[in-house]
Amino acid sequence: MSMKKKKNYNLIAGGILTGTMLLLIMIGIFYTPYDPNAMDPAAKFAGVSLAHPMGCDNFGRDVFSRVLQGSRTTLFVALCTVTIGTVFGIALGAVTGYYGGILDEILMRINDAVFAFPSLLLALVFISILGPGRNNVIAALGIAFVPSFARIVRGEFLKYRNMDYVKSAKLQGAGDWRIMFVHILPNAMPVLLSAIIIGFNNAVLAEAGMSYLGIGVQPPEASLGRMLSEAQSYLFTAPAYAIFPGAVIIWMVLGFSLLSEGIGAESEK
Amino acid sequence: MMDKKSPLLEVIGLNIEFHDHLVPETVVYDFDLTLNEGEIVGIVGESGSGKSMTALAIAGLLSRHDMEKKGQILYEGMDLLSCPRAQLRKLQGKEIGMVFQEPMTSLNPVKKIGWQVEESLRLHTQIPKEERKETALSLLKSVELTEAEKVYKMYPHELSGGMRQRAMLAAAIICEPKLLIADEPTTALDVTIQAQIVKLLKKINEQKKTAILFISHDLSLVSRLCERVIVMQGGYIVETGSSEEIFENPKEEYTKKLIAAIPKCVRK
Repeated sequence: MSMKKKKNYNLIAGGILTGTMLLLIMIGIFYTPYDPNAMDPAAKFAGVSLAHPMGCDNFGRDVFSRVLQGSRTTLFVALCTVTIGTVFGIALGAVTGYYGGILDEILMRINDAVFAFPSLLLALVFISILGPGRNNVIAALGIAFVPSFARIVRGEFLKYRNMDYVKSAKLQGAGDWRIMFVHILPNAMPVLLSAIIIGFNNAVLAEAGMSYLGIGVQPPEASLGRMLSEAQSYLFTAPAYAIFPGAVIIWMVLGFSLLSEGIGAESEK
Repeated sequence: MMDKKSPLLEVIGLNIEFHDHLVPETVVYDFDLTLNEGEIVGIVGESGSGKSMTALAIAGLLSRHDMEKKGQILYEGMDLLSCPRAQLRKLQGKEIGMVFQEPMTSLNPVKKIGWQVEESLRLHTQIPKEERKETALSLLKSVELTEAEKVYKMYPHELSGGMRQRAMLAAAIICEPKLLIADEPTTALDVTIQAQIVKLLKKINEQKKTAILFISHDLSLVSRLCERVIVMQGGYIVETGSSEEIFENPKEEYTKKLIAAIPKCVRK
């Protein structure tokens, strides 16, 4: 790549975008200008002003406060989803990739079957069984995310399991688990890290999409997708209500994408 | 004085057979070997003669399900082919060490040299961290790596091929194994480094009484290092005997050809 001496702008830009987002969310935990759920009938559809930097919604709630709380919810869901996906994905991918054989054949065919459904559709099925709500969304998306991680990890393990250093670790007397998670896994980390961040992206979008459809986070709890779906009815009377939550979703996704690109380029050096 | 003791390693009638095609394919036929404590035995042969397969089988690294092994590999009287995995693992690293051909791939690229050298100690003993480090450092020094402290903290890509092979050697002998299997340890290195590594192996053998199974296609190296030589071709043992016997007075046609193939330095 031509990235040799050039600065890794993707990494820098992604870091700044994601960093400021995280900072805002962190501040939002301790302080929001208004109570996100406090209604003020007088401020209904208030425009952008110093008192309400992002205006107010149809109940007169401060959009800025709700965006802070909503992005926290969205990110929390994404974090849990990706964690579930990664943990189970690594376990599944490591075992199938390292041992191979009939176990690999069975597990990967199940994996393929799950993978064949679009993840959002799969999550919808789970939700219709479990019922809507934040924790159920996490569980549903988490399960839907496992197959892609399992595939990536399995591919890496297949690549490394016959390397000489794995043989030599075996010969030093290391057990299978130690070889899998201490000797091989760190080698798969660069690829996995990119995948995790892309996974964040997909999770943010999936959560927003599900909340938009009304099956994700339930009111009055704020979530970016939920806000978008509520703002839809007032798109022309109060455009600010739709623009700001939408912009924050773009901000998050762009930040994660750039970060992932940047990390990918960094590990190729 | 220890002549009456049973040999350290005894291989009897080892056959290795692949079953990954329709017709089973045998790569090693009726391999026999006895190796006493502190002895150096060489296995020579061309590519595909089955010498590396034999080494991997002895090390217990051939555990693929599409492969059948017949015969016995007795290590101090215990059959490595039929003993349980856990028992084999206890031997690996502690009693049997191995050095591979390719120094570029035999060290883990994401771990520091020191960590990798210590691995056997970590797995087989309860020595505290600081002592482990001391042992590793002294070993890195004993394999003639200058600036051992620095190498200890380096990653494999920062070392040259020869240095890596030395580090590999240090990792293989840190638990003072009784048997060291060296599978073409010098093939990927240039000639001067080859000589140094061979010297080092000899030193290890003399100081620690480690028996060495040295596998190579290079007869001149084998003749310099080994007391006894096994010549292999196409999976069969062609000839065995003491190093001198084989080189002074080869009986088989193949051995004669191999010896004739050693390049000679003619001075005018």
